Amino acid sequence: MVLSATDKSNVKAAFGKIGGQAEEYGAEALERMFTTYPQTKTYFPHFDLGKGSAQVKAHGKKVAAALVEAANHIDDIAGALSKLSDLHAQKLRVDPVNFKLLGQCFLVVVACHNPALLTPEVHASLDKFLCAVGTVLTAKYR
Amino acid sequence: MVQWTAEEKQLISGLWGRVSVEECGAEALARLLIVYPWTQRFFDNFGNLSSPTAITGNPMVRAHGKKVLTSFGEAIKNLDNLKGTYSQLSELHCDKLHVDPENFRLLGDILIIVLATHFTKDFTPACQAVWQKLVGLVAHALARKYH
Repeated sequence: MVLSATDKSNVKAAFGKIGGQAEEYGAEALERMFTTYPQTKTYFPHFDLGKGSAQVKAHGKKVAAALVEAANHIDDIAGALSKLSDLHAQKLRVDPVNFKLLGQCFLVVVACHNPALLTPEVHASLDKFLCAVGTVLTAKYR
Repeated sequence: MVQWTAEEKQLISGLWGRVSVEECGAEALARLLIVYPWTQRFFDNFGNLSSPTAITGNPMVRAHGKKVLTSFGEAIKNLDNLKGTYSQLSELHCDKLHVDPENFRLLGDILIIVLATHFTKDFTPACQAVWQKLVGLVAHALARKYH
């Protein structure tokens, strides 16, 4: 899975348009993931996962910040997310299948809030980008 | 044994009543072919699939998308018997069409995105959850007769 020049510019433009709302998008993506795929809640036994949870909001902010960082360093996602990759491999060990689930939910959030932004071409680029991020975060698992 | 609460059934039928099967079907299939280009392998006879614009405008894609989503409508009328509803289609997809069931999951995810773009804030987390459950069960029913 290689990001073409067009993919990169689509992703950067998309995140540019999303702008400061990225944090909310992150939180909502998590909320949707917990609702749609309840098994993902097993990674957060220490969280209050109720509606409007401050912990979920804060965590959504972190997730969004990482995506923005990756988009801003899209030529070297592995470098940009290296520490996060270590964290996921050594400590968090989230099963790789779950990154796809969060990715799907993030796309749904974009679709709901900004349908015009998500043309088929941008959809494809964002999907590839989210895949690439998931791959980087699980790259050091074994 | 699949269980649907009354609320889940309402979330499905309520949304479905507002769906243009022709438009959403065409869009879902087009997006599948664009976002996951390897799925084009099943459509060699569809003519021009050389670009997103070509795919979106392709009349065979539109027609087939409508056909696929119309079939989905049958599932919605028979939520308590998805296995029965899709039994023959499952055999067809295995024996004649040779489609890897993973493709059903991909199309299901794409359909969710299409519904989200159309219904925006009405496509609540609860709504998404029910619809992801539905597309997952449809994919499972379509894969059930594989051998």
